[in-house]
Amino acid sequence: MARHDVESEVTGNVWKVLKSVGDSVAEGDVIMILESMKMEIPVESPGTGTLSQVLVEPEEQVEEDQVVAVIES
Amino acid sequence: MTGPECQSASQPRTIGKVLIANRGAIARRIVRACNELGITSVVVYTSVDAKAPYISEASEAYALNGLRPADSYLDQDQLLGIARTSNADSVHPGYGFLSESADFAQRVRDAGLTFIGPDPVWLERMGDKVNARRMMAERGMPIFAGSDLISDAAAAREAAKAIGFPLVVKPSGGGGGMGMQVVEQMDALESALTQAQAVAAAAFGNGAVYLERWIPRPRHIEFQILADEYGNAMHLYERECSVQRRHQKLIEESPAPGIDASALREQAERGAEICAQLGYNNVGTLETLYSDGSSGFLEMNTRIQVEHGVTEEVTGVDLVQQQILLAAGGALPEPVELSGHAIEVRLYAEDSQTLMPSTGVLRTFQPPRLFGVRVETGYQQGQEVSPFYDALLAKIIAKGSTREQAIGRAIVALQAFTIQGVQTNAGLLLRVLRDSAFLRGDIDTGMVARILRTGRRIPAL
Repeated sequence: MARHDVESEVTGNVWKVLKSVGDSVAEGDVIMILESMKMEIPVESPGTGTLSQVLVEPEEQVEEDQVVAVIES
Repeated sequence: MTGPECQSASQPRTIGKVLIANRGAIARRIVRACNELGITSVVVYTSVDAKAPYISEASEAYALNGLRPADSYLDQDQLLGIARTSNADSVHPGYGFLSESADFAQRVRDAGLTFIGPDPVWLERMGDKVNARRMMAERGMPIFAGSDLISDAAAAREAAKAIGFPLVVKPSGGGGGMGMQVVEQMDALESALTQAQAVAAAAFGNGAVYLERWIPRPRHIEFQILADEYGNAMHLYERECSVQRRHQKLIEESPAPGIDASALREQAERGAEICAQLGYNNVGTLETLYSDGSSGFLEMNTRIQVEHGVTEEVTGVDLVQQQILLAAGGALPEPVELSGHAIEVRLYAEDSQTLMPSTGVLRTFQPPRLFGVRVETGYQQGQEVSPFYDALLAKIIAKGSTREQAIGRAIVALQAFTIQGVQTNAGLLLRVLRDSAFLRGDIDTGMVARILRTGRRIPAL
């Protein structure tokens, strides 16, 4: 089992979480949408597998490079 | 120009103390205009904006509770409360935030204050894009084929047959390109419709959409309008705003290169005549798309624009002072000739290649001071660029006697602007300013996307 951390590229707020723990995700799938400087920034899956952890909630503030979810494959 | 539909010419009012319900470059710009007119200025700020330069430049400053726009610069109760506490007699909304909220404008009026902008009825009528198109088209402004508000998929299919493909699904209550969906063929229409309605509902609280013919490589041309309360209106020529990223403007200039000036004047005059007929008041901008010699009205912005400085440089008219004077019941300025060429570049806190926003503390922030260059910014060294507000760091407005001279000055000004602490899009702006098609005046709204796709990676400056 390989573990992939999903990181935020920006500092901002979590707007919407689109996938749930247990969902299958493919590389490039949008897991959540962040909001920063009036822009919507999608967080995409870095690989194919199962979403094992979602570490943030809507409205929560995230920092650049923060791990926001984990994928296992 | 005097029109029969002119409404309620009221008595001149005194504007003596203005609450500025905004932040950043426009808040500072309005403070300056107030100071120049001898009017008392009141600014508001959140804790992350507490080091902004305009706080000390204004006559008075009040801290807002909350950080997020909804809890601060969009919080009508809080802003009206400060207007009352500070004894302001008027409110300037700037651009963005509450500037196009008819509800806010009306509440300002109901509180016995002057709203520095059009009558609330215009914010409502022009805020409804379908209605605005109809009002302008009925009075002779050209529009591209489009539909009324779409109720369901069947209505969309019927309208699409009449318009043809490609077409675009647009939110009626929105702006800034959010929620727009381009549709190439009939079988993609329904999903685009659903998606556009969902985004519109989430972003603007209004899921209404309409269809419009999609013009693949258009130019965005807009006309600056000034109108008094007595049924008179005039134009201050056009701005070319085609250089955009994600439907947001990046570079604006006036006059528009490569389009027959007499055709543009004719449209500007038509637009001003219609505004006079309607009885529109204060400032406004008529946005149009231009493609292969034909043009179509898009929407009217019922506020001062980010790019107003471009028009100020080529006409000598101070648009922010004019807003205040017109709101006080003043008359229009004398007609002016357009002189020279002005170009504005928007310096954003975002990566030049990925366009990802960048936040941080401005360790160094040194705007250039150069002949023919004006910098409008709400930031100073040591201040924080936060994720809560938009990414605009500064506007650089370069003026020259020719377009080439203005572009040269903009390039040198960008190179001379020293910023440390956040990424900026200076590299992308320089790439566009040196692009051979741009230099020829061969511009369209897709050019930044093409540059990003085809060019070599843009280094961070």
